[in-house]
Amino acid sequence: MNKKQIFIQSAFTENAIWSQILGICSALAVTNQMKNSLVMGLGVIFTLALSMLTISAIRSLIPSRVRMMAQTFIIAFYVILVDLFLKAFLPDTSQQLGPYVGLIITNCIIMGRAEAFASKNTPLDSMVDGIGAGVGYTLVLLIISFIREIFGFGAIFGYQVLGSWWTRWSIMVMAPSAFFLLAMLIWITEIRKRKRG
Amino acid sequence: MEINAVVIFFAAIFTSNILLTNFLGMCSFLSVSKEVESSFGLGVAVFFVMVCTTAINYAVYHLIMVPLDIVYLQYIIFIIVIAAFVQLTEMLVERFSPVLYYTLGIFLPLITVNCAILGVSLFMVIRNYSFIQSIAYGGGAGLGWLLAILSLAGIRQKLKLNRVPAGLRGAGITLIITGIMALAFIGFSGIAAIQ
Repeated sequence: MNKKQIFIQSAFTENAIWSQILGICSALAVTNQMKNSLVMGLGVIFTLALSMLTISAIRSLIPSRVRMMAQTFIIAFYVILVDLFLKAFLPDTSQQLGPYVGLIITNCIIMGRAEAFASKNTPLDSMVDGIGAGVGYTLVLLIISFIREIFGFGAIFGYQVLGSWWTRWSIMVMAPSAFFLLAMLIWITEIRKRKRG
Repeated sequence: MEINAVVIFFAAIFTSNILLTNFLGMCSFLSVSKEVESSFGLGVAVFFVMVCTTAINYAVYHLIMVPLDIVYLQYIIFIIVIAAFVQLTEMLVERFSPVLYYTLGIFLPLITVNCAILGVSLFMVIRNYSFIQSIAYGGGAGLGWLLAILSLAGIRQKLKLNRVPAGLRGAGITLIITGIMALAFIGFSGIAAIQ
């Protein structure tokens, strides 16, 4: 498999959220505004790419009994970098994301990719795979947050696009809408998968 | 601002349920909630680990990390504490109570990667809780998680007899049920509020 195929596979056909139902905690929590989703997505792409590269590069050095622990440390290291960067340069967003940046560590997508791909493949392939999974994750976050923000606030990326005539749907800002929208998204993918056979 | 620990306890169960409003611990919530018995086992294990790790993490944070000025390492240290505690509990339970190990043991490894546990410790730091408040919050969040997974498991057991559209089976319908449960829990808001 060449790098392009790896990327497309992990970003779209095997998208972590809609086809494997992994990592949805943060997918639901940060999607009330597009800006938060984008920052969170970029953080996950960064963490995934570099931790896959590292895990794959030292995969033959780690004894398999302590594999999980070693992987967690590597992931936590990159998450701390993301957290410190956000605190320094985007303090407002960092405050809004709250604990969810730290929770990238326990995001099942990263552990899942590390187990399924990075522990068997070369470093560069694993990095492409990590970026692919991150891009797929970001895409889902942006779709859900686009719907929530435009109905909930009448805005896109914080810019008011619908005028004052728009009645804000407060349900879209609250938690239940995230569950419903994600269910819809999974439903649509399932139907398309069935049609393709 | 000082909030009463009792208020925090009840708010963590109902108004700001860790699962339904903060979306934490979704992975095991979706995969284990097929049977009431196993959901109860996992829920009790989560409750126990949550209370204990919150207390330990509080002590570690305020007695070691703040004086040494290594707060930026909190993620790594919290996850080590949680992993070590879960491992230790597993060994102790296996040694002293085989019956309990038989019912709870299989769930313990799942808990290390449950983001609700780490989430509670992080919320405790962000919201500046005192020791009593932290324990109340950890206990409330654990009970709230138990409540949510038990209700979902009950609904899913009934649902086995119903006809669900093919594409929605599995994760889709479970998320919709969870959404409706979250709507119902919004009805509790107004009793008590914590941020």
